[in-house]
Amino acid sequence: MPEGKLCNRQPVTTLEQLQALLADKGGKQYYEEMNRLEVDAKALWDTIQRTCKSRIRTWLEICTHCGLCAESCFYYLANHKDPSQVPAYKIQSTLGEIIRRKGRVDNAFLQYTMDTVFAKCTCCNRCAIYCPLGIDTGVMASYTRGLLFSQGFTPWEMKIGSGMHRIFRAQMDVTTEDWVETCQWMAEETSEDWPGLEIPIDKEGADILYTVNAREPKHYPEDIAQAAILFHVAGENWTVPSEGWEETSLAMFAGDWEGCRQQVQSVYDAMARLRPKRMVVTECGHAYRATVIEGPYWAGLPTGKTPVETLHYVEWVAEALRTGKLKIDPRKKIKEPVTYQDSCNYIRNGGLADAARYIMSRIAEDFREMGPSREHNFCCGGGGGLNGIGRYREQRNIGLKVKRDQILATGAKLVVAPCHNCWDAIRDLEEIYRIGIRWTFLKPLLINMIEVPEHLRPREE
Amino acid sequence: MYEFVTGPLAWLAFAVFFVGNLVRLVRYVRGLDWKLDRVTYGTNIAYGVRGALRSIVFWLIPFGTHSWRNNPGFTILVFTLHAGLIFTPLFLLAHNIFLQERWGFSLWSMPGGLADTLTVAVLVSAALLALRRIALPEVRRITSAYDYALLAVAAAPFLSGLIARYAYANSEFWLIVHVLCGEIFLIAIPLTKLSHFVLFFATRAQIGMDFGIKRGGMKGRGLQW
Repeated sequence: MPEGKLCNRQPVTTLEQLQALLADKGGKQYYEEMNRLEVDAKALWDTIQRTCKSRIRTWLEICTHCGLCAESCFYYLANHKDPSQVPAYKIQSTLGEIIRRKGRVDNAFLQYTMDTVFAKCTCCNRCAIYCPLGIDTGVMASYTRGLLFSQGFTPWEMKIGSGMHRIFRAQMDVTTEDWVETCQWMAEETSEDWPGLEIPIDKEGADILYTVNAREPKHYPEDIAQAAILFHVAGENWTVPSEGWEETSLAMFAGDWEGCRQQVQSVYDAMARLRPKRMVVTECGHAYRATVIEGPYWAGLPTGKTPVETLHYVEWVAEALRTGKLKIDPRKKIKEPVTYQDSCNYIRNGGLADAARYIMSRIAEDFREMGPSREHNFCCGGGGGLNGIGRYREQRNIGLKVKRDQILATGAKLVVAPCHNCWDAIRDLEEIYRIGIRWTFLKPLLINMIEVPEHLRPREE
Repeated sequence: MYEFVTGPLAWLAFAVFFVGNLVRLVRYVRGLDWKLDRVTYGTNIAYGVRGALRSIVFWLIPFGTHSWRNNPGFTILVFTLHAGLIFTPLFLLAHNIFLQERWGFSLWSMPGGLADTLTVAVLVSAALLALRRIALPEVRRITSAYDYALLAVAAAPFLSGLIARYAYANSEFWLIVHVLCGEIFLIAIPLTKLSHFVLFFATRAQIGMDFGIKRGGMKGRGLQW
């Protein structure tokens, strides 16, 4: 069978295709079809010749096989220093081999490659900062995911996720109507307690355009309400777009670059339409990476920057605390030991470690750094889409041990994790390993600690 | 034979070395693509230069980075090996006398004792790096015969140099072997992964620009290598 009905080289672009995939519970048929999916070696090699230039080719060629990348990789550490988890081995035995064979690889090899670049690498890019030659295996794993996607070898959930973005411009089936109604519902409900609170939709020329992760309207609408309360108390002139509100990109995890472009373009179109002064992204790491760090390149913007200046939520909070827009009641600061999960995407790959430290210095009395921390922190274990892929759940759970041990070493029972993937991974590690910790985004913490001006106080007070 | 290996063959070796390395560098830079690499090399230049310089300089300093500090033994071996590989042939008295005779110029020459020490240090560090490849499972898994061959190619001029100087001081055979080994080394540099002789600077600059321009360099204080 050259291509399957569900597992094939075509991206999902219609609701019908998407529903067929969703109906295949756990991807049973999908993976069965994958076993029979033919490799289009010519197309694979053509793509490599077109897209694999001197940066990646040089990395693969001059890797001196020194092994310094080994201990930088949390998978290597979590798997009892299994040599097959050394980043250099993982990429040389997959992408390196595909190139050496000029794309002439078979189905089994591409499945091995898929299992490697999805279940043994979260594209956290930590190895890049430990390699003497600056070789970024995470970048190469991500590139390889793109090659695999073009050949139809992508995990079931990633195929669905990329399809969601192409159809809904969101990682989940949240329509414009769903989103707008959720905002209106949250505004209505929250304003009962917070007089004057609004969630302005499509307001032109606002100071802040606020954009989110689709999980928030879908599963955690209170997050939107919390954001609204904090903007309200800070006195911000803000808005949300009715379209182009989704920041995340499962397409990025999947390696569906056209899907990535379409997704970020919807956000940039909202910027053009509403002309905000700045954009603020919710507490999500990969969303920021996709739309702010990588997105401008997918959209072909030669500045490498988003059309309007963009802040991650931690930057906005740090700024609001610094300028006094948000004031912390000193009596309500966190008294217990607390630690912070540095997200790979906005700390290592986004440079926001200082903003996070500033926030912690203002809200916590006993802040404890993980070791290592900042840009050197380990991935939570759930990055790169791993949290959502059933086929690799066991490998993901093993990987969580490194984060578990880091948290335990701090002695803190509370983990601040302003990133959806980190938040999920830490929740799951508690569920699996039972170490007695709690985890939280910033928003609920801040709401309980800020000083609210008299005229804005909730009605029940 | 001696005239041949120190004459036309030497010219050929140096030509391959210089032209080859230049070609490697030019091809690397020409192959960078701001859209594919997702780094705006041509804009945000100040951030790029800063990132590139930080990325190169910290890694050129022994124990200057987290990775060097985490692996002190390896760091000492690597820096010793490379210092010996680069400085010994450049500043060896015998080489400079030869240069003066043949081409009419010479460089500063280091004392013989220092040259001997560096030569032995190259051989010892190369041997220990080879043993490390065998001893550590994470290195053994990624090591191939090619890696050992390149270590041998790099060490051979030093071993043959010691033999030619001390064991068979008047042997033209060993002198020719030494010169040939040196020429093989020079030719191998641009043609193999020993090209990291120049591409180290290129790939370090690239990743430095990547982090300096795109991945946080414009917002944070710069990646702490």
